[in-house]
Amino acid sequence: MNLPLSLTINGVRREIVLDDPRVTLLDLLRERLDLTGTKKGCDRGQCGACTILVDGRRINSCLALAASHDGAEIVTIEGVGRGGELHPVQAAFIAHDGFQCGFCTPGQIMSGIGMIQEGQAGDDPERVRECMSGNLCRCGAYQGITEAVLEAQSNMTATKQRRSA
Amino acid sequence: MMNFDYVRPASVADAIAAGSEKGASYLASGTNLLDLMKGGVSRPSRLVDVTRLPGLDRIEHLPDGSLRIGALVRNADLAHDTEFARSYPAVAEALLSGASAQLRNAATVGGNLMQRTRCAYFYDAGSACNRRWPGAGCDALKGENRLHAVLGWSEGCIATHPSDFCVPLVAFDAVVEIEGKGGRRELPLEALHRLPGDAPERETALERGDLIVALRLPAEAKDFAGHARYIKVRERTSYAFAVVSAAAGLRIEDGKIREARLALGGVAAKPWRARDAEQVLAGAAPDVACYREAARAALADAKPSGDNAFKIELAQRIVVRALTLLPQVRRIAFPRCPALPSRPLQERNA
Repeated sequence: MNLPLSLTINGVRREIVLDDPRVTLLDLLRERLDLTGTKKGCDRGQCGACTILVDGRRINSCLALAASHDGAEIVTIEGVGRGGELHPVQAAFIAHDGFQCGFCTPGQIMSGIGMIQEGQAGDDPERVRECMSGNLCRCGAYQGITEAVLEAQSNMTATKQRRSA
Repeated sequence: MMNFDYVRPASVADAIAAGSEKGASYLASGTNLLDLMKGGVSRPSRLVDVTRLPGLDRIEHLPDGSLRIGALVRNADLAHDTEFARSYPAVAEALLSGASAQLRNAATVGGNLMQRTRCAYFYDAGSACNRRWPGAGCDALKGENRLHAVLGWSEGCIATHPSDFCVPLVAFDAVVEIEGKGGRRELPLEALHRLPGDAPERETALERGDLIVALRLPAEAKDFAGHARYIKVRERTSYAFAVVSAAAGLRIEDGKIREARLALGGVAAKPWRARDAEQVLAGAAPDVACYREAARAALADAKPSGDNAFKIELAQRIVVRALTLLPQVRRIAFPRCPALPSRPLQERNA
């Protein structure tokens, strides 16, 4: 069974022919397109390491069939920086030690970017923790993660306000 | 994962034709189904992808005051619809207390209704499970069963229904619209999920090929907006299924409870409407003594199915807690920590 698929990944349009309908977005990115920044943790939607943006929304790529997402616009951790410049959420994770081993970090950062776009958390750390609860960190870097997301959100809001002023 | 045929029909009629074939399963976002397929629990030979079916992703206000929610509306979109959260605060709170933000962004209304139990023995293909394999027996009966059912269970199955969303929906008389080979029909949500009895493998009232196309909340559900909550006890603060939960709504007039709605989650194989408790509350003054009596009535028929007698007491306390918190309800768009029993609601920052 061959399934033709057209995806925009990090701004680049890709025409893909799937030979197996079982391929998830996660396996497509990692095993077939060499985009290994997105991590496979549990592969069952429990850890959030595989978080990506699909049409602007954060989802677990391990529980998404590639075949079902024909036409989608996908952003992975490889696509958030601009040239040599880090995304504000990436920079804030470094500034606040938002990781130890780093395995969950791409998923945390993608989830943080998605969360900021959703605009539901405000500047309340408790809400940020609630909104980020789909991303587990076995090293327990949660305090740094929360601080990083809060700071990035505040920087991004300030930049946006400057631009619209 | 077993291999399957993948089809993506363009119309509801085509979907039903494809979904009526033996071994076919409908695929919405797949947040539950793909997980089950990876574990070898579900083994469909064909997936009928319904995500592109036209017209099923709308929220419509009908002339009779009811609200029609298309089966493909995403959980997050529904919960964050400000008007929805204002009119049905307990339903929005239940949605926001379920799963994680990533899963809520993907998961659909129809898929949530079709969610399977989270019983670990159902998920473990190496365990005996009458739901998965009729007649195989139930390893949960003598296993780790502290989270299992205390109401409506049978010797054949003691699993619980995992949905948060369905609990307030049952309390507020939601109706399911179904398209099937025989055309369109409706079913009260309360009648969609079945208790296990001697056929635990028959989880819902749906027939082969039936497709849920919409969910309807009747106009009266809005009458409870001023006093409605969903409260949920979890083993961690966020991103966990309910140990027990309660959806409660009161209509209070002249200091008396005019009408009450109550449903429990995590206690049975279906969202559990507690009508006896509603009777106790109706006409009474809203005070703790009356709430306690209602809680006793709600759990009067409960019995442990294993190491879970604590859930009977816990469920009663959660009913009292939910009812006690009701007068504190203010209209909200986004609860700070949805459904936590220890936190009153706070209004969203302006």
